[in-house]
Amino acid sequence: MSDVLDFIPYARFLGVAVDRANGALECVLPFRQEIVGNVMLPAIHGGVIGAFLELTAILRLIDESGTDKVPKPINFAIDYLRSAGPATTRARADIFKLGRRLAVVHVVAWQDDPSRPVASGNGKFLL
Amino acid sequence: MLQSRMSSNQQYALGSLFGPGRDDMASHTPHAHHLGMKVIETGPGFAVIMLPYRAELIGDPVRKVVFGGAITTLLDHASGLAVACALDVLRAIATVDLRVDYLRAAAPGLDLYARVDCYKVTRNVAFIRGIAYERGPDDPFASCLGTFMLGANLAGSSFERFVRDGAPEGGEEPS
Repeated sequence: MSDVLDFIPYARFLGVAVDRANGALECVLPFRQEIVGNVMLPAIHGGVIGAFLELTAILRLIDESGTDKVPKPINFAIDYLRSAGPATTRARADIFKLGRRLAVVHVVAWQDDPSRPVASGNGKFLL
Repeated sequence: MLQSRMSSNQQYALGSLFGPGRDDMASHTPHAHHLGMKVIETGPGFAVIMLPYRAELIGDPVRKVVFGGAITTLLDHASGLAVACALDVLRAIATVDLRVDYLRAAAPGLDLYARVDCYKVTRNVAFIRGIAYERGPDDPFASCLGTFMLGANLAGSSFERFVRDGAPEGGEEPS
């Protein structure tokens, strides 16, 4: 899976890593100053959180389907639930449908406490 | 594209802060600065922002297409600015949701633009619609729909001073 991450320039750009320590595939977004969107709070840029959710969905799909083709997003909807502070963010994706052509993936991201998610996402992808 | 319902002569609080010639919204946000985003145009209830093409933004190395999430970031940023430009007083703005439709792949090698219109503001909520394009707004590669919560009035606050004058010394708290 780290091969896939190396393969996607934007994943390297965000510094995203993959962790399987808790049994399921989790993506990790380390905090750094360059991803801040609001310096007063401070909070991670909403776009970065959205991109991280989408990346997690794609990595989970690649992991599940064993393909080396990057799934094409049709659309992606993000709910922002809490402000994401200056801390490590983690995300986990659930595949709700994996058809021949279409996949539907739900993603949840959190910081300290998985029961207090900072954002959730719902994406449709062409395989 | 979708016309804003705001009349062109309506006062909007952030015109002097974020209006044409002011890059503050992009340059004061570390991530927007990091990506090299630029404010191209603002007006009552709308904003146009540019994201320069760079190899780091690629999501599919075979097709050299920019990662969808980078487009989300561009649209999210333009959305926040469009909402700011639709308010008659400076208030806190928080994204509630954003849905992006990827209409086609963005052409590799070209700078990306987003135009977002804030078409309705209620007491607590603002609604936006937007598009992203590389050649012209009549041929978008993505569109979006989003909702923002409006918070406290920030006129005269440290946030407004921060936006107007730059980063405070020693990390002042928002009031």
